[in-house]
Amino acid sequence: MAEIKNIAPSEHHDYQGSKMGMWLFIFTELFLFGGLFLVYAVFRTQYSADFHKAAEETNTFIGTLNTVVLLISSMTVAMSITAIQSNQKGRAIRLLLVTLVLASVFMVNKYFEWGHKFELKLYPGSEVLTNLPKGELLFFGLYFMMTGLHAIHVLVGMILLTVTIFRIKSGHIHTGNFSMIENSGLYWHLVDLIWIFLFPMMYLIT
Amino acid sequence: MSHSETHPQVSYLEYQGKYKGILGWLTTTDHKRIALLYMYCIVVFFFVAAILGLTMSIEKMRPGQDIMNAQTYNGLFTVHGIIMIFMIVIPGLAAVFGNFALPLLIGARDVAFPKLNLFSWYLYVIGAILAVLSQLLKGGAPDTGWTFYVPYSAGSSTNVIWALTAAFILGFSNILTGLNFIVTIHRMRAPGMTWFKMPLFPWSLYATAWIQVLATPIVGITLLMVIAERVLHIGFFDPALGGDPVLFQHLFWIYSHPAVYIMILPAMGVITEIFPTFSQKPVFGYGAIAISSLAIAFVGYFVWGHHMFTSGISYWSKWFFSFLTFIVAVPSAIKVFNWISTMYGGSIQMRPPLLYAISFVFLFMIGGFTGLFLGALATNVQLHDTTFVVAHFHYIIFGGMGFAFFAAIHYWYPKMYGKMYSDRWAYIAWGFTFVGFNLLYFPQFIIGVQGMPRRYFDYLPQFQWGHMLSGFGAFILLIGLILMAWNLIYHVKRGAIAPANPWKGVTLEWQIASPPTLENFEEIPVIKHNPYWFGTEEEIKREKKSVTRNT
Amino acid sequence: MSTEKHHISTYMSHGVVLTILLALTALSVGMAELHFGAFSVAVALLVASVKGTTVLTYFMHLKYESMFTRIMVGGVFVIYVLVIVLLFFDYLFR
Ligand SMILES: [Cu+2]
Repeated sequence: MAEIKNIAPSEHHDYQGSKMGMWLFIFTELFLFGGLFLVYAVFRTQYSADFHKAAEETNTFIGTLNTVVLLISSMTVAMSITAIQSNQKGRAIRLLLVTLVLASVFMVNKYFEWGHKFELKLYPGSEVLTNLPKGELLFFGLYFMMTGLHAIHVLVGMILLTVTIFRIKSGHIHTGNFSMIENSGLYWHLVDLIWIFLFPMMYLIT
Repeated sequence: MSHSETHPQVSYLEYQGKYKGILGWLTTTDHKRIALLYMYCIVVFFFVAAILGLTMSIEKMRPGQDIMNAQTYNGLFTVHGIIMIFMIVIPGLAAVFGNFALPLLIGARDVAFPKLNLFSWYLYVIGAILAVLSQLLKGGAPDTGWTFYVPYSAGSSTNVIWALTAAFILGFSNILTGLNFIVTIHRMRAPGMTWFKMPLFPWSLYATAWIQVLATPIVGITLLMVIAERVLHIGFFDPALGGDPVLFQHLFWIYSHPAVYIMILPAMGVITEIFPTFSQKPVFGYGAIAISSLAIAFVGYFVWGHHMFTSGISYWSKWFFSFLTFIVAVPSAIKVFNWISTMYGGSIQMRPPLLYAISFVFLFMIGGFTGLFLGALATNVQLHDTTFVVAHFHYIIFGGMGFAFFAAIHYWYPKMYGKMYSDRWAYIAWGFTFVGFNLLYFPQFIIGVQGMPRRYFDYLPQFQWGHMLSGFGAFILLIGLILMAWNLIYHVKRGAIAPANPWKGVTLEWQIASPPTLENFEEIPVIKHNPYWFGTEEEIKREKKSVTRNT
Repeated sequence: MSTEKHHISTYMSHGVVLTILLALTALSVGMAELHFGAFSVAVALLVASVKGTTVLTYFMHLKYESMFTRIMVGGVFVIYVLVIVLLFFDYLFR
């Protein structure tokens, strides 16, 4: 039986295992947002006219722009994994930097979008908002909570990608060991995936 | 494997890593040490919460105000609930015995992500500190009950936010443990251990872990929504702002019913390990037990509405949830038949672990049957929010999970510490615990049926006999618990040295030293048989010979 | 790990996937402009689901993962859908 290898975690990095762990973590994130989607679904059926009206307040242009930005950033992350796998370190880093820039563009847009809402006094607890019809009030509650939570995830994703860049530079991530970049890539795609559903719910269903 | 070669004989308790003493424990990534860290926290909190429970019982021994006022009482049952549920029962078996025994049972050196494992413990500690702070800070202990029902929890002036945050963090600690276990079970089973050669405690942990991963986030976001309602006035649950309080109940129970299975499935798993060992006989219906764990986890995800039969949910959803609730009783019953049949025809040794395991089955049956009363629509209306629910719940959680915890600690204690406790004191402690427990909770079934509401500070004189008996029961139970703890703690230092296999168990953890070395197995075993294979002596000898020949 | 085989996606394929996703985005924005009424919700969510599946399959590499991973992801979505259905058993029949 000498040929049977003992798999001690510290000695051997389990590529499949760490990817599976990342998927499981993604599931918990999906269900975290899933709870909010349930709330949206319930109130949407109860107040469809109000939701319809409130969704017209949101800026479809910025929403679409941000969707495009996130989709492109998803692609650049996916490409950076291809780059690492084909041993193009510099290109991988550049692609990740592009991703970070796109993520920042997303956040800046978000900042102006929220800022505009605040100018209109449409923030939770404000008098204007509280006097709106119930459904519109709930819509804006969901809008702030869902896009806010999503923005936090964008920030976390940016941190992860930054760490990844440094680890590529330091040589920890390379053609033979790329589970870190793959996992932070998966996380970034999750951010994109959630946005894909948030986008029609918040900007399009008018 | 360098360190295992240099210290092959040192047990995980004595092993000196980079740091010594207490720092060595706080920085450990060894699954066995993390298990003990969890256990010490849980035992301390358990005694705190148990004493809170005792004071509530004392208060209620006579109608009217005796030793505390109504607000203190509200705080006490909330604190008791939050500590017991979020800090003891939910993490309890999985974090302590799952961590300790899972890698041993599947022939691994550790869990898949040892650092993440330690991180979950720290999250647990942070959550626990917040929960304790919520009791002590100046707003006053939260008084919402552990269920945090809106609209009260959105309005109460007590430290609800602290408690909500604590529950949120404790939830994430729990998710990470579940994540770790799923990957461990998938990736780290010993060579030859196919899914259906895996022992049944890992099976139950696997089913549990899926619930942890998929249900806990829902309560996490729900608690965040309550925080948002209090802090930001985003009123998803506030009718004045268009929200719906019943929606909170849906979201809360979407997690909290499956949470009951997070509590009870590992308990069933522990019991399934104990019966074959002390009957010296393979477990009856291995496949049925394994699959029923998964079935319970799956169906258990869709029965949450039975907590809301009186909340005004629709007729069809009541009907459907009631139906599913009855369905989920089937796999639980299958397990009970299997445990009993495992004992049939075995050579039974009635040692303390088996005694606790049998008590588990008895108490769990009572809890399960009374659960059917509550799952039926008509009786539920009568019994909802009475002490019948309290009694049912404690028969499942304390009689079930609690007694399984006691069974587990008596079962794996020799492996954990390499010492034996006193059997005689274990029996005596069991006697007090078992009698006290039944005396405490059984009367509450009866006064509940008669109409005694739960969470009430005061009551009509006709219910006094029940509360009186409960009060005495609580004292007896506490004596039992103290005796049990003393017996176990005292013998860590002074107990007789435990052999590697004191119970003649056949699962892998009994084939290694007590206590195990840091890396558990000098050589990872190769699995050929069903985990509960009790070969005759001759067969085992032949096995051993063939193994040595191969190496 | 050197023994494990990894599928390496080409840059080209990522570009194609992005093009599809952008086209779908344009489609859903265009559809929203047309105002289908109640129908538009279904259309928007349908397009979003197609986009989501595309991201999962290609960017998140599910197409090349083990059968188990794919079943796991599918199962998780099934569970979520069942939760929605059961929840609406209450809200639709109240
Ligand atoms: Cu339940």
